[in-house]
Amino acid sequence: MSELLHPHIKLPEGSIEKQTTTLNLGPTHPATHGVMQNIIELDGERIVSTEQTIGYIHRAFEKLSERRPLYQITTLTDRLNYCSSPINNMGWHITCEKLLGVKTPKRVDYLRVVIMELARISDHLICNSIVGVDSGAYTGFLYVMQQRELIYEIYEEICGSRLTTNIGRIGGFERNFNNTAFEKLDKFLKEFPKVWKEFEDLFTRNRIFMDRLKGTGAISAERALSYGFTGPNLRATGVDYDVRVHTPYSSYEDFDFTVPVGNTGDNYDRFLVRGEEVWQSLHIIEQAKRKLDEFKGADAEVYHADAPAYYLPEKKDVYTKMEALIWHFKIVMGETDIPKGEVYQSVEGANGELGFYLISDGGRTPYRLHFRRPCFIYYQAYPELTKGAMLSDAIMTMSSLNLIAGEMDA
Amino acid sequence: MSLTNEIIKARLVEKFGEQLTEWAEPYGMLSFTAPKDTNLKVMQFLFDDETLQFRFLTDLTAVHYPERIGEELAVVYHLHNLADNIRLRFKVFANIQQPDVFTTSKLYESANWMERETYDFFGINFIGHPNLIRILNVDEMDYFPMRKEFPLEDQTRIDKDDEMFGRGGTFGYGIEKELVGGTLAEDQKHNEGSEIL
Repeated sequence: MSELLHPHIKLPEGSIEKQTTTLNLGPTHPATHGVMQNIIELDGERIVSTEQTIGYIHRAFEKLSERRPLYQITTLTDRLNYCSSPINNMGWHITCEKLLGVKTPKRVDYLRVVIMELARISDHLICNSIVGVDSGAYTGFLYVMQQRELIYEIYEEICGSRLTTNIGRIGGFERNFNNTAFEKLDKFLKEFPKVWKEFEDLFTRNRIFMDRLKGTGAISAERALSYGFTGPNLRATGVDYDVRVHTPYSSYEDFDFTVPVGNTGDNYDRFLVRGEEVWQSLHIIEQAKRKLDEFKGADAEVYHADAPAYYLPEKKDVYTKMEALIWHFKIVMGETDIPKGEVYQSVEGANGELGFYLISDGGRTPYRLHFRRPCFIYYQAYPELTKGAMLSDAIMTMSSLNLIAGEMDA
Repeated sequence: MSLTNEIIKARLVEKFGEQLTEWAEPYGMLSFTAPKDTNLKVMQFLFDDETLQFRFLTDLTAVHYPERIGEELAVVYHLHNLADNIRLRFKVFANIQQPDVFTTSKLYESANWMERETYDFFGINFIGHPNLIRILNVDEMDYFPMRKEFPLEDQTRIDKDDEMFGRGGTFGYGIEKELVGGTLAEDQKHNEGSEIL
């Protein structure tokens, strides 16, 4: 047999004749954008089958959460989808607030919306520009990286950190947004649309780019739902499911925006849906900004709910006021009991529905906390998306799915 | 048309009668418990029924309740009806000695990995699962880490000191060092020297 196929190759005695090639993509391959492995069976350049291995950076977040008071779990959520940590942080705070029955003031909700939408923009920036990088167009990536920097500067102004933000508290924010933060936000809102327009001009109707993306990695709406797709990946198939609209949280019902959908569910539609979502996010931020400007005087100083048992008081109060000192001590030492309850809360993460399933038995730490990580669930579809495709298309599919290893492995 | 928790409950009770128990509505989400053997039937019914149409598996996980003797492990399903936008949660309980639960991966592709994860951390044996192997932990692991019998290390323990984390103290390596080579006194002397340096 082997002689017929390759008359010039003389295989050693006892060799196994194999018709396909096995290729290990990852765990540390530039195309995987994260620590994950794909064992790909190739027939020529066509993919016969794919098997994914994940878990390389599993950090036992769910187990760790069982011994941490609520406020210490925020730092764990940072490290799920680290391209948009603020959304994870807010999602966690909102979950806690739901369990504790804390009602946040409108101003806090709007501030949160601003932060979450900025995070969504920065996440989509990365994803869409990485699709560019993987198709051989590096310029766009570098160009929007500069804009992400502007977003990170806003985070920095608010919480002091950039990537793993640990932003906000249960009940609101640790401090009011300062003027510099708002100035930087204005600067971003002014500069960014031009850049994003230019980015889209570079890519959206680019013949080469379209040829690479159109028709590759496609999935039908029905299959996508069966695979548990959420977020832009689901919307690219034509299903208009968005947690912000279906189960509004943080006063999203006050905002006017459209949910962009695609129809073929391929890489190109995913790219377009993300691109349009960036415009919608900008639109939401502008509305939120206007709403925030309406708060005057004392109302403009509101940045947290009245929940002393769970909200860490301001440092200067801790030094000067007895009450604040007591609460600070109790919270930091983890001595505040959490009411009994079972709650599921989800937010629209940048790559899908990020859910928190929290069970409290009345202790000081969660009895059980489970994260519904969107990309863990939809990455299962990868073999189906790439079967029969070219290897280079499979790489595009991987980047357009917006897989974040940190989120996948928890 | 809007589906409410009452309608869902009435429909389910009509079909399954007394089998479904522990009805509750924590934070507005209808939740109940089903007998272990009926999980597939309940899910299929929720999927097929024209009124209910719960056709999206949002989440699948497990919880360990050591105090519920004989039914320690609970598998929790979160389902979503996207058309009417309503969610529900149901649990099935299994004995920890023989945690066999039917797989739902035939109904939902997404259940595949979620069940693998649940097996990985709780040891639930999903009957009929196409590939029930560990997913996040190493293959060699021989226990199920999310069970409550494996507590995280207690932060208040006093029988551990910094020495065990390689900081301060004598940099001793515990008993092994004493047995392998040199005496403890020699080690201490050596370390004192290095401290000066």
